[in-house]
Amino acid sequence: MDQLTAVWEWFMMESTWRGSGIDPGILVRVYEHMSMSLQAVALAALLVLPIGLYIGHTRRWEFAAISIGNFGRALPSFGILGITFFITTALDVPGILGFWATFTALFLLAIPPILTNTYVGIKGVDADTIEAARGMGMTEREILTRLEIPLAAPLIVAGIRLATVQVVATATLGAVVAWGGLGRYIVDGLARGNDVLLLGGAILVALLAIVTEVAFGVLERIAAPRLTSQKKRVVAGSRSGQLGPAA
Amino acid sequence: MNLAQADRPTIKWSWIGDNSDKIFARFIEHIELTVLAVAIGLLISVPLAIYAYRHRWFYTPLTSVTGILYTIPSLALFAFLLPYTGLTVQTAEIGLVGYTLLILIRNIVAGLAGVPPDVREAARGMGFSSGQMLWRVEMPLALPVIMAGVRLATVTTVGLVTVTALIGKGGLGFFILSGMRTDFITAILVGSILSLVLAVTVDGLLVYLERRITPWSRSRAGQRRPAPKTQSSIGPRVA
Repeated sequence: MDQLTAVWEWFMMESTWRGSGIDPGILVRVYEHMSMSLQAVALAALLVLPIGLYIGHTRRWEFAAISIGNFGRALPSFGILGITFFITTALDVPGILGFWATFTALFLLAIPPILTNTYVGIKGVDADTIEAARGMGMTEREILTRLEIPLAAPLIVAGIRLATVQVVATATLGAVVAWGGLGRYIVDGLARGNDVLLLGGAILVALLAIVTEVAFGVLERIAAPRLTSQKKRVVAGSRSGQLGPAA
Repeated sequence: MNLAQADRPTIKWSWIGDNSDKIFARFIEHIELTVLAVAIGLLISVPLAIYAYRHRWFYTPLTSVTGILYTIPSLALFAFLLPYTGLTVQTAEIGLVGYTLLILIRNIVAGLAGVPPDVREAARGMGFSSGQMLWRVEMPLALPVIMAGVRLATVTTVGLVTVTALIGKGGLGFFILSGMRTDFITAILVGSILSLVLAVTVDGLLVYLERRITPWSRSRAGQRRPAPKTQSSIGPRVA
């Protein structure tokens, strides 16, 4: 219990939040953590969403989408980080040590869930509905933008949520390759045998991950208000299969 | 072991040969950590899931708690445990088991809920007690969905074991971490690729096992009949 009191006292110090000396403080660490994570997911989404839409709509390259999804599930995130760390140091990539290694690893990790969910969501749109739309004279472009994307929106958003939660979790490991973020407290706590830093960092990282998850839950409800109707609820239930690996 | 022998971006094949015994030992450790976690996870999940299946009110709190556990990043979860359990196998296993629970419980409940009501009715008509019904009718029919959960839990655990290198265990993750610390790509690749191979192999083995223990579902898989809508019957709670 003494430890918890010490952690509480650590959280109560202003320098813990605002930083002192070379320690930038929790606020800066949270900012680093989130801006890195969100940028990695945003870049991945920007690149991968069009590909997922294309594969889902045309049903071409389906095998590639499925393979990337499975591959991403089996690949250890820690291993990806190791490889990107080595490559960035071998190439002497400029910038803060570990920044690009972490960013690249997170970017790569964000790809499979977004791709899989976008492709599955678009592909899952009822074939009869599309047939009817085509019969009504809608162009392929209209079918995609006015029918398939809105209907697949809940799944697509779920994919982005999955990617974001995984990326926020994995960003913690960035501290192992000398980058910052909230993982810094855990890695430093480990290295120095400082349980206060270790526990404080663990609390912060866990809270950030849970807040991200909850925030996306709210976002999903906003993105898909129709989900509240009874019929759609069945659709939502079937999404429970979309659980990704923990990171 | 001398890891700091090269920092050139080339693979030192000789290192792999020279250290094959160490690589093999870590490979075995990786398997042990994974199997133990999934086995304990099943021991905990099966009774909880059966209870939640019979008493639906229990399902939401159960999946909420395990869901929060699942959301906590692995390094943070290990960090929570370290001051109490130290750099031990327990720390690694408690964390790893924690991550299997949500996946296993959800799939067991979904599998049980997907048993066709007429089958259940027929079993009751034949005079099966609720225990007999569970172990001789419901669980066997739920096996394909349960096995899907076991597969996901196992593949997830294989990946997470690598992170336990940071708390002194790690299996193949040991090579990833030491490779990072010494800028030695061969070790990083050995750790990553073998762990990937292990995940894919174990997944394949579990598919094979599932086919062997559920021969009746083989024809179904062949005919591509639509999968039973099991998930929808457990309510709107999603990942």
